[in-house]
Amino acid sequence: MPRLGSAQRWAAAAGRWGCRLLALLLLVPGPGGASEITFELPDNAKQCFYEDIAQGTKCTLEFQVITGGHYDVDCRLEDPDGKVLYKEMKKQYDSFTFTASKNGTYKFCFSNEFSTFTHKTVYFDFQVGEDPPLFPSENRVSALTQMESACVSIHEALKSVIDYQTHFRLREAQGRSRAEDLNTRVAYWSVGEALILLVVSIGQVFLLKSFFSDKRTTTTRVGS
Amino acid sequence: MAVELGVLVVRPWPGTGLGRVMRTLLLLLWVATRGSALYFHIGETEKKCFIEEIPDETMVIGNYRTQLYDKQREEYQPATPGLGMFVEVKDPEDKVILARQYGSEGRFTFTSHTPGEHQICLHSNSTKFSLFAGGMLRVHLDIQVGEHANDYAEIAAKDKLSELQLRVRQLVEQVEQIQKEQNYQRWREERFRQTSESTNQRVLWWSILQTLILVAIGVWQMRHLKSFFEAKKLV
Repeated sequence: MPRLGSAQRWAAAAGRWGCRLLALLLLVPGPGGASEITFELPDNAKQCFYEDIAQGTKCTLEFQVITGGHYDVDCRLEDPDGKVLYKEMKKQYDSFTFTASKNGTYKFCFSNEFSTFTHKTVYFDFQVGEDPPLFPSENRVSALTQMESACVSIHEALKSVIDYQTHFRLREAQGRSRAEDLNTRVAYWSVGEALILLVVSIGQVFLLKSFFSDKRTTTTRVGS
Repeated sequence: MAVELGVLVVRPWPGTGLGRVMRTLLLLLWVATRGSALYFHIGETEKKCFIEEIPDETMVIGNYRTQLYDKQREEYQPATPGLGMFVEVKDPEDKVILARQYGSEGRFTFTSHTPGEHQICLHSNSTKFSLFAGGMLRVHLDIQVGEHANDYAEIAAKDKLSELQLRVRQLVEQVEQIQKEQNYQRWREERFRQTSESTNQRVLWWSILQTLILVAIGVWQMRHLKSFFEAKKLV
């Protein structure tokens, strides 16, 4: 094997360190993200979602029931060993933050098994780790300039504005669904009651008339 | 949680051939473990629907990846090439705006033209019942809406933006999304108000009508019975 020059030896060393760095990267939690999903949960059904999370990642699960019945659902979050981290029955809205204690698949389930005929619409937002950086090569050791850090703080503020907007929209959807329910119920009830009133009152009169007609004939027969 | 391969730049490192293979493998492993999004299980004939309530002119990008349970190896493997998913997207008026079949891995995009609840439905196109072997299909799904759907690396490359310009572009997109959502909110609130006023009107008219019906029925009953009793010579 020919002797390596100093530059080549330096390059080989850099290659070895690069390999070790990559191996180290496997242990570091990668850039995370958020999954925001709205789905329909039929009655007596259970829907589970799974996600592979690395150890040490801070995660947040937030859910809200938008339409259906009493606007409540059962929620359950389990770690890879099956240990229950969060369990609540018949909740309308909740938020749960946890840090992943081990690598593996975390599972969370929403259950509507207690309901017999109402199906529910559930919204959830599962945030894993931090949002991915805007730039691929972002891992800067140098500090951000003033403009850039101003941009970052505006971005964070706008993210929270969008988050509040989403929650407001969901609450408004809930209110609107209740109002539309009320409207249809009032319409059906009005028509139904009008028919019942007419039928009952006309029926009363004819029933009363029939009492008097029969009694008359019986009394005359008994008399003779 | 959509990390594409383009995130990491693989520079050619000098070294022996075996070292290079090891590095590539480690790199792929790192990317693969980060590439899995949220997943759920779906049955063979089951149809799973997701709802996205969005304002108009908003782009939605969905990525999915399927895996089938392999009984011999007792783990989930990437699905056979023949297995695909049928994606159907309906707009708030229940009109189908996208109905296409994709392979075992796919990406679908649509832009909303009316504000409201859009429904995205997925079901597998398998016709052979033995394909699933009684198991379930694992579907990794990632749906990005509005500003999150933008690929900033691509925008930076296309428009040749500096880092600061790209950040400002992101802020502009976010603010536009907030504006659209506010407009949509105004439209929704108007609908809500119309529904409440309609309920109010209906309750008012119903009370008046009910009182009139009651009075009319009462009057008719008394007059009818009175004439009946007079005819029967009871009064």
